[in-house]
Amino acid sequence: MTSTIEPTRHGSSIGQPLTRRDGPLKVKGQARFAADNLPPGTLHAALCVAKIARGRVKSLDVAAAEAHPGVVKVMTPENAPKLAKDPDLKDVPFTFRIDVLQNDHVRYANQPIAVVIAQTLEAATEGARLLAPTYEEETPRIGLDSGEVFTPDSVGVGAPAEQVDGDVEAGLAAAAKTFTGTYETPAQYHNAMEPHAAVASWDGDKLSLFMPTQGLAIAQGRLGALFGIKPTDIHIESPYLGGGFGSKGVPAGPQVLACMAAKLVGKPVKLVPTRSQMYGPMGHRGPTRQTLRLGADGAGKLTALDHHILTASSSFDDFFEPAGRVTTTLYASQATAIRHEAVRLDTGTPLFMRAPGEASGSVAIESALDELAFDLNMDPLEFRLANYAEVEPFSGKPFSSKALRECYARGAQAFGWAGRPLKPRQTRDKDGFLVGTGMGTATFPALIFEGMARAEIRADGSGTVEIGALDMGQGAWTALAQIAADGLGLGMEALTFRMGSSDLPNAGIAGGSGHTATAGNAIHAAAKDVIDQLTALAVNDQASPLFGAGNAGVTAAGGRLTRRDDPSRSESFADILTRAGKAAVEGKGKAGADPAAQNSYAMHAHGAVFAEVKVDPDLGQVRVSRLVGAFAAGRIINPHLVRSQYYGGMIWGLSFALHERAEMDPRTGRFLNDNLAEYHVPVNADIPPMEAILVAEEDSVVNALGVKGVGEIGITGTAGAIANAVWHATGVRVRDIPITLDKLLG
Amino acid sequence: MILFDYSRASSVADAIAAARQPGSAFLAAGTNLVDLMKGGVTNPERVIDITRLPGLSGIEARADGSLRIGALARNSDVADDPHVARTYPMVAEALLAGASAQLRNAATVGGNLMQRTRCQYFTDAVSPCNKRQPGSGCAALGHATRIHAVQGWSEHCIATHPSDFCVPLAALDASVEIEGQGGKRSVKLTEFHLLPGDHPERETVLEPGELVTALTLPAEAAQFAGNARYLKVRDRTSYAFAVVSAAAALTLDGGRIGQARLAFGGLALKPWRVPEAEGSLAGKAPSPEAFAEAARIALDSAKPTGEANAFKVELARRVAVRALTSAAAGTPARIPALPASPFGLV
Amino acid sequence: MTIPIRLTLNGKPHAIDLDDPRITLLDLLRERLGLTGAKKGCDRGQCGACTVLVDGRRINACLQLAVSLDGAEVLTIEGLSEGDALHPVQAAFIAHDGFQCGFCTPGQIMSAVGLIREGRAGTDPERIREGMSGNLCRCGAYAGILEAVKDASARMEPREDAA
Repeated sequence: MTSTIEPTRHGSSIGQPLTRRDGPLKVKGQARFAADNLPPGTLHAALCVAKIARGRVKSLDVAAAEAHPGVVKVMTPENAPKLAKDPDLKDVPFTFRIDVLQNDHVRYANQPIAVVIAQTLEAATEGARLLAPTYEEETPRIGLDSGEVFTPDSVGVGAPAEQVDGDVEAGLAAAAKTFTGTYETPAQYHNAMEPHAAVASWDGDKLSLFMPTQGLAIAQGRLGALFGIKPTDIHIESPYLGGGFGSKGVPAGPQVLACMAAKLVGKPVKLVPTRSQMYGPMGHRGPTRQTLRLGADGAGKLTALDHHILTASSSFDDFFEPAGRVTTTLYASQATAIRHEAVRLDTGTPLFMRAPGEASGSVAIESALDELAFDLNMDPLEFRLANYAEVEPFSGKPFSSKALRECYARGAQAFGWAGRPLKPRQTRDKDGFLVGTGMGTATFPALIFEGMARAEIRADGSGTVEIGALDMGQGAWTALAQIAADGLGLGMEALTFRMGSSDLPNAGIAGGSGHTATAGNAIHAAAKDVIDQLTALAVNDQASPLFGAGNAGVTAAGGRLTRRDDPSRSESFADILTRAGKAAVEGKGKAGADPAAQNSYAMHAHGAVFAEVKVDPDLGQVRVSRLVGAFAAGRIINPHLVRSQYYGGMIWGLSFALHERAEMDPRTGRFLNDNLAEYHVPVNADIPPMEAILVAEEDSVVNALGVKGVGEIGITGTAGAIANAVWHATGVRVRDIPITLDKLLG
Repeated sequence: MILFDYSRASSVADAIAAARQPGSAFLAAGTNLVDLMKGGVTNPERVIDITRLPGLSGIEARADGSLRIGALARNSDVADDPHVARTYPMVAEALLAGASAQLRNAATVGGNLMQRTRCQYFTDAVSPCNKRQPGSGCAALGHATRIHAVQGWSEHCIATHPSDFCVPLAALDASVEIEGQGGKRSVKLTEFHLLPGDHPERETVLEPGELVTALTLPAEAAQFAGNARYLKVRDRTSYAFAVVSAAAALTLDGGRIGQARLAFGGLALKPWRVPEAEGSLAGKAPSPEAFAEAARIALDSAKPTGEANAFKVELARRVAVRALTSAAAGTPARIPALPASPFGLV
Repeated sequence: MTIPIRLTLNGKPHAIDLDDPRITLLDLLRERLGLTGAKKGCDRGQCGACTVLVDGRRINACLQLAVSLDGAEVLTIEGLSEGDALHPVQAAFIAHDGFQCGFCTPGQIMSAVGLIREGRAGTDPERIREGMSGNLCRCGAYAGILEAVKDASARMEPREDAA
């Protein structure tokens, strides 16, 4: 069957597979990303970055750079505008230290050490090269074996570094089978296709920015503090992000430098870091070395689950990959313990990167479970079912919803899991390639942050919803508009939907897979406020057919209010407002976590991923040949876009398992692959036929809309499933991720 | 990128004359040169645009059975040329296994020969590198990675040549036509690239100002058409440099191997050919044992430069065996969907 | 000193005075001519976000010096469709959700147009995957891209019967 290429429109309502509303602009190249802006008089800026990882800058040849035709100014610590606040001060939550020319110290390779501002991009770029810095270099600390091991105060965003539930040693002692394995995951870089651009202009003490950000208000707050101006005097346009994956959650140093450069020269400045300059000041996924100790009784029930993580942060700031978090929610065990330790390295500070913690932890625990299942002679899926967590481990809370059993069942069925040989290296395809299959459980917390929205219905019957929400590819322009249209009882054509600007109500951060929940529920509440006001106008007005509807209530749809108990009695929004003599009614709404629900319930999305791989028996080259994921994540706003989110996550899982690894020279701390030719992310030819099954799940607890996040869960489960499939194909267990062909040569 | 003088050559003589000045570089497609200039790895003061030189982009099957490919022919045009695909299938397959369609559409044959190593210490423009800055040392020596050489390296340089295209060309005894102040000359491709030795800064036999004008494949190269394959092992399925690659070609006569050709990519600073390994196959039946023996001989002199690339020696043996096996099985009627991939070889 | 060149850009002749020989085609389009559809993802020929057609062939605009293209015909995403009507490849990318963030999309679409013109892939999924491998998509929209190219390819040329 050939599919239709005409965009399908089923009217605006939640659950419809609408195509992207921003699609036409994006396919025509008309969607304006930050770096596509060039206000009149804009100068171009280029970064000069450190080629050492630790020490100080001894000299910069400013004269050579300034002598280059077109160069206007060189910004160094000597002349950089003084900031109102030390950028290393961490007095506000969610602040990361940045390097913005306040001194001559070098804390990591690719740290900005100067900015060249010029009439043209060519001149700025060459000016930066001509600075030819010299350094006083100290021996850098690179790699998990460098530096002193310590226990961080917290991991991730405020999570405990250690948690113990039960006696793990007793559990191991009582086990019929035990397993210990150590898994390593490398530093990974977000590599959003769009660099962290900024086009900055000042008008007195007001700052105007085109800049991709995952959090408009966070960026306003940070920039306001640094420049000593009111956050509301900063206007940020971020209608489209060319990917974020966590790296655009807080303003990166180079984006702040663009603002400083614009201040210095008194003109608009555009600064777009190069790809290699994104390896350092924009965060990364910290490396981990994870040791799992598992014990199980004769029936395959876990008696002990001990997860130790060694990770790394920078020498100067804290972000510790919370790889153990996933172990606190995933499987039932008589005793469970997680413990994070860390070292400090001369690298940029790690940051949240798509499924922070869960991704790294998942590949380790799913691999370890697979190894123990084999020792127990159990099917890996049976083993997971035997240890199904009916309540959340540690907290003991019930799940607000958990359709994981159905995910296992539907994924296994679609994949054809049944009858899989337990032993590895049993199957070859007709061409002689080794074939293996593996599975993993997917999970991600259902988060919601604080957010606000504004809604309006006007006397002509049309409506507007405004929210400072952000679309980095997840589909906010479409899914949130669907929620808005439904909330206001309007068709999509009657709705004006605005987002992506800091002038709009604060929608919090687009991260943690919580943006649809946050922004969606804020919109839902704002729309409800409008409909409540309209209802009050109508039911209290004798001239309205809805007069006296009272407790029976009304519903809003198609631009009308209709009595719930008598569908023949309805009135249009336009009529209600016109008669009331009002031009419009405006509503406001808020979203945020419900503490009562959070105290009583554990809230997570779940899924199961099944992978098939082919491996060349002699050459070790791996190709994933099939991926099936089944996910349950509450109410689905738009299945078309949700499926894409799952695919994207699963591809990240594939990339995690087989491709990504940042390499540094331990002698210098310089990158060996800070580019897209050698830091591998998958290309189209790496991607197999995929299936994402959307398992229905109703959740009346998680939030008013019943939505959970879908953006990150796809990575979890997938990386482990592929690692397990490679073992199943070859009999070789690679515990050092990524699984590259040299590790499979035997 | 430094501010350079740009000039456009209208004839080969014009180009050669212009390039006499030191600090000159010929610009063809620029897919490698512009990249290196952006990285500050090479900083030519004069860029001589040769893209408009007449008569250098043709692909010509000559009466004597040889093939002449102009230096400005685009990689994709050569790969898609029906005569090339039919007669020198492993050349087409190697071209299609290199880079991306976009790069192949731009990159020229001459540029492919002239491309520089991808050694990270060369391309970072700051590390000690005897190629970039003679006498500064070789930063790679103390931290060799998987891309570094296991054949033909010296204590001054352990880089590898990244070309796929050159590997089958070397196997097929291609020659490079060169024109310079002193006139025209022709050099065998296997002698065109220089091993690092004491002077890694000298990468080819080209004298200053000399220009590659064409490649020729001799008439004998056509005899391998029915049994020739290029195999490229990569860290991702496409758009990646070879970890190890091999071009293998055979003539088969009554169940026996007549001539064999075998060249490797990813092992050395030039396509690596071992005549003794080829010779070991002559007269033998195409068997796993014979191929394993040839592979053993081919890698006899191999020496890893570090832990990270030690695996390439055994991998190269296996790549050789697979490429030879595949060649013996016969060239496929159409280039596979995944050219030169182990997953496209069957 | 400027260097004059002529380009046929999206079907219209342009006389351009280059202020610098270093200007790449990509920076010419984006920073001087206001055609920001082609994107800069790596600037080094490693991602494909800047793909445009030059003389009918897809290339990486970031690695082409504009001065060297004197006389060339350049087609960018802005010149692919006229008015509101979408090119079949553009429509297929929307229908099959062949993108998420949309940043690599103009390059993907121009690459797909080039691939279909090359006639190399037809509707063979494996040949399309390989042929589109010069365009990275970090969001992971590859499944939709494959379907979109397959669909558009089938619409734009006679279906190839298996030989």
